[in-house]
Amino acid sequence: MSATPLALEIVDLRVEYPMADGTAFVAVDGVSVSIAPGEIHALVGESGAGKTTVGNAVMGLLEAPGRVTGGAMRIAGVVVDPATGRAPGIEPGRDIGAIFQDPMTSLNPLFTVESQITETLRHHLGMDRRQSSAKALDLLRAVGIPEPERRLRAYPHQLSGGQRQRVVIAAALSCNPRLLVADEPTTALDVSIQSQILKLLRGLADDRGLGILLVTHNMGVVAEIADRVTIMHRGVAVESGPVVEVLDAPRHDYARSLIGAVPRIDVTLPRFAVPGEEAEAAEGARAELRRRAGEQTGAAEGELLRVEDLVVDYRGRGGSFRAVDGVGFSVRAGEVFGLVGESGCGKTTIANAIAGLVKPTAGRVLHRGRPIAAAGTRRPLQMIFQDPYSSLNARMRVGATLVEPILFYRLAASAREAAEDAALLLEAVGLERTAVERYPHAFSGGQRQRISIARALSARPSLLICDEPTSSLDVSIQAQILNLLKDLRDATGLTLLLISHDLAVIRQMCDRVAVMKAGRIVEEAPTETLFGAPTHAYTRELLSLVPSPRPKRRTA
Amino acid sequence: MLAVTAVAFLMFRYVGDPVRAMAREDSSVEERQELARALGLDQPVAVQYGKFVARVVALDFGISYRNHRPVAALIGERLPATLEIVFVATVLALAFGVPLGVLCALRPDGLAARAVQAVSLIGISTPTFVVGIALILVFAVTLKVLPSFGRGEVVTLGWWTTGFLTPSGIASLVLPSVTLCLFQMTLIMRLVRSEMIDVLSTDYIRFARARGLPRRYIHFKLALRNALMPVITVTGLQIGSLVAFAIVTETVFQWPGMGLLFIQAIYFVDIPVMAAYLLFVGFLFVFLNTVVDVLYALVDPRLRVRS
Amino acid sequence: MRVPGSVIVAGIVATLMILAAIVAPAIAPYDPTDMATYNLIDSELPPVWTGEGDARFPLGTDNQGRDLLSAIIYGARVSVGIGGAAVLLAATIGVSLGLLAGYFGGWIDAVVMRAGDIIMSFPTILLALLVSGLARALMPDGGSVGWTPFILIGAIAIHDWVQYARTVRAAAMVEGAKDYVKAARVIGLPGRRIMLHHILPNVMSPVLVIATINLAGAVLTEATLSFLGVGMPPNYPSLGTLIRIGNEFVFSGIWWIALFPAITLVILVLAVNMVGDHLRDRFNPKLRGRS
Repeated sequence: MSATPLALEIVDLRVEYPMADGTAFVAVDGVSVSIAPGEIHALVGESGAGKTTVGNAVMGLLEAPGRVTGGAMRIAGVVVDPATGRAPGIEPGRDIGAIFQDPMTSLNPLFTVESQITETLRHHLGMDRRQSSAKALDLLRAVGIPEPERRLRAYPHQLSGGQRQRVVIAAALSCNPRLLVADEPTTALDVSIQSQILKLLRGLADDRGLGILLVTHNMGVVAEIADRVTIMHRGVAVESGPVVEVLDAPRHDYARSLIGAVPRIDVTLPRFAVPGEEAEAAEGARAELRRRAGEQTGAAEGELLRVEDLVVDYRGRGGSFRAVDGVGFSVRAGEVFGLVGESGCGKTTIANAIAGLVKPTAGRVLHRGRPIAAAGTRRPLQMIFQDPYSSLNARMRVGATLVEPILFYRLAASAREAAEDAALLLEAVGLERTAVERYPHAFSGGQRQRISIARALSARPSLLICDEPTSSLDVSIQAQILNLLKDLRDATGLTLLLISHDLAVIRQMCDRVAVMKAGRIVEEAPTETLFGAPTHAYTRELLSLVPSPRPKRRTA
Repeated sequence: MLAVTAVAFLMFRYVGDPVRAMAREDSSVEERQELARALGLDQPVAVQYGKFVARVVALDFGISYRNHRPVAALIGERLPATLEIVFVATVLALAFGVPLGVLCALRPDGLAARAVQAVSLIGISTPTFVVGIALILVFAVTLKVLPSFGRGEVVTLGWWTTGFLTPSGIASLVLPSVTLCLFQMTLIMRLVRSEMIDVLSTDYIRFARARGLPRRYIHFKLALRNALMPVITVTGLQIGSLVAFAIVTETVFQWPGMGLLFIQAIYFVDIPVMAAYLLFVGFLFVFLNTVVDVLYALVDPRLRVRS
Repeated sequence: MRVPGSVIVAGIVATLMILAAIVAPAIAPYDPTDMATYNLIDSELPPVWTGEGDARFPLGTDNQGRDLLSAIIYGARVSVGIGGAAVLLAATIGVSLGLLAGYFGGWIDAVVMRAGDIIMSFPTILLALLVSGLARALMPDGGSVGWTPFILIGAIAIHDWVQYARTVRAAAMVEGAKDYVKAARVIGLPGRRIMLHHILPNVMSPVLVIATINLAGAVLTEATLSFLGVGMPPNYPSLGTLIRIGNEFVFSGIWWIALFPAITLVILVLAVNMVGDHLRDRFNPKLRGRS
């Protein structure tokens, strides 16, 4: 079977970025990957692992100062010249295709789908207008776009995200390359479209013998379609092998903790198996928070929050849009209640309405039986947000950020006492007391999310609304933050409303779950019931689409 | 546009006293009242405004206080001169600004790009009138190759007078339009440069590179088209500013255009001329805006479908 | 980020020139606003290095026998003073309105932006000419000279505030949609506190950039108005007025009256522009990290 050469063979690749001070940052250090025709090889890792850099090196698209300083690459059996990044006779675009993360920005808005596919054909294969046009039509059919004749003359903005990614794939495959580099090809897409695109890629590999280098952070995607996987960490390939072996029985420490951090959808675990260095100070700080919470509210029993017939309309230029359409649910004190659904289903709008950021068109939100309306009744409902980088005021010290709500609600007798409380909160979320002195830019994404949690807690809330709290974090950081939220709930009796698009996160965190679609709740049930025996068709569909991090189908 | 007519009307009505400006020094109170009635100044403000708008629509801007001629006729005489230098300046600005901007974007560290950047910075820092005086000093006073004032011989085509058809007319056009175009050219160059740099870092250009398309094709066929979109807007709207900047240029070169007319109107507080000029610029702005919108809809598919 | 040498030089030049303008009375050899110091016998003397000049007047004299060096230093003082005041006025108005429009939206936003659109549809020069022309018309006797600087400041600021308002509005809308502002709202902080304490500090960097670039623009606009004869009068000249005076003598070969003020003006504006350009590139995340 050695008649056809490997689609890609990388041996000991090293990529460096020279720094201003004369040293070099090693982005990729001794990575080896080989891909046979028809094989999908996944390169996984967290941000900064160097996985995208490997993809760019293969494409000859390294950003300016970066360069290959060691190792060898062969594309379809041809050695790549390390100086030029090119292999003689191998044309990027003709013999290697590439697709990127965001289909919304990968196509030029000023040109038709047809022109963007045919320009590649005309340049590489010298086809004339008619030939290339016919070929473009074939390609659109091959990637499964409905009404391909009409789409050919469409502009990118007239297509949906999934259709655009199909066009991108069609353009990348137009000259029948032997290798496709796919960099996070489904990250910007909803699960239902993700699953279609993944099926398409798998099919292309199987039918055309295309080798695919799949760069992703998503273990579920890896388990779903890849044959082999390489786990990268800080530029180094820590473990490599067939997907089944690596995912089921990782040998390397980092690989084990990375895979342990991935929320599982098939079984509920008490905690994420990630190394968490919890300081003893955190225990003490949390106990103190619990004592205060008890003083303040007495026993936390029964219904804490009730949402009745909530309707939210957004008024836009072309009339109004109903984001939330008659939603009702209640949250009991001390539980974690989950709201789950695809993007645009209205879950974030509900969170905003409860937090008072959006005025409901109709319906009521009750906290302990009292409607939430005027300022002053807001304090018990606090919120944390998705993006840790925008959720802190860059011009305020962490201490000032935490002290502001404490003083505003007169929760401390003096500024000194407030500062002491701020330090206590930081300990409770697992940070050093000295963090009060610093500005947000000194902290990583995960640390900033901890600070956001501390700020929310500083108003002494009874309910913490968490809107996609970990969606922009790496998976191991996500596991730590989710563990922290669980610990805070257990230690202080806090109630959580968790909003997420990620069913696996919901499964690991929540006691009860409501599934949303198009502004309505379609199913509400205790977590185990919902995941064990979903009753609504939409819930079943969603569950079936989620790629499970347990490899199931391929035996390489 | 309505706002502009309102401002022009208020100016016309309340600024300065037309009766005092038009009547003879020794006229009696009765004569003055008679004149006020004749001008319609005794009627309610709303009626006066209505009549004002009606007159404007009929291109009747009243009579200049200073030289007692209809303002519309004065503007009609001066319009071609201004529009001709504005036109030449715009063409020059585009012809040099776009290629220089592209050059700077493609080779931002190259010697040529740095030189162009430095010159452009000096360009936006030098006031139009200084440029004009410098050009006069060099080409008219020292070298004596180009005329420093006036339009030269003009040919009359209907109501339009043009300097394009005579050698002296063309020679006269050179210095004023070069002076006028410099600022605009710098602006276009800088805009093209920054747009081009932005476009070159977008995903769709990366994707085009990943498909192995040739560099020239990517730069000139694809990226330039994206980068030129905002240039349409800015060039269009800048034509309005050029007309205004022509005030300065026309003063330096004694160019008999509308700017000169306007600046003289200001010296002599000739309200009807000022009001009419204001109306003209307002109208020009609305007109250019519409043209830009239409052009945009023609070249940007995203707008084409919506409209 | 490294600051290029040229920008450092520009910064030093700009600072020195502005300082010199501020302390003009202390460093200028004569007081050009004091008519008693000039003598028609000394008029139109060329610069001293031409050999025909007079050591008392290093850059020569103007048509009234006024020392050109002193006139330029005082002229720069007038130009910088009017430009600076116009920037301050425009920035204050623009930032306040922009913040209100951006944070509250609704009718405030609509009114402010509409007004801005109308004003921006008139080029700076035209609007400034109109304002100063109208001010002269409204004031009896063509407006007294003492008012001229204030008319000029107003005439420039009436156009320039829009840029601040638009920028601050856009920035305030971006910041207002960010999670830290949402968090402040969820905490229940009042709108005024959120605006001043949270949003304002985060929108100030672009304001600084615009202010620097606008200072250059305002100095140019003032110079242009004075050149056109609707700005500062000859007995209290700005750089633009001096160039206007000099322009009348260019044809007769008396080039220095126009040339030296023009060079001063260009160097001043160029230095400020270079600093502004650098600041803009620095605060523009799109261009950051690129050359």
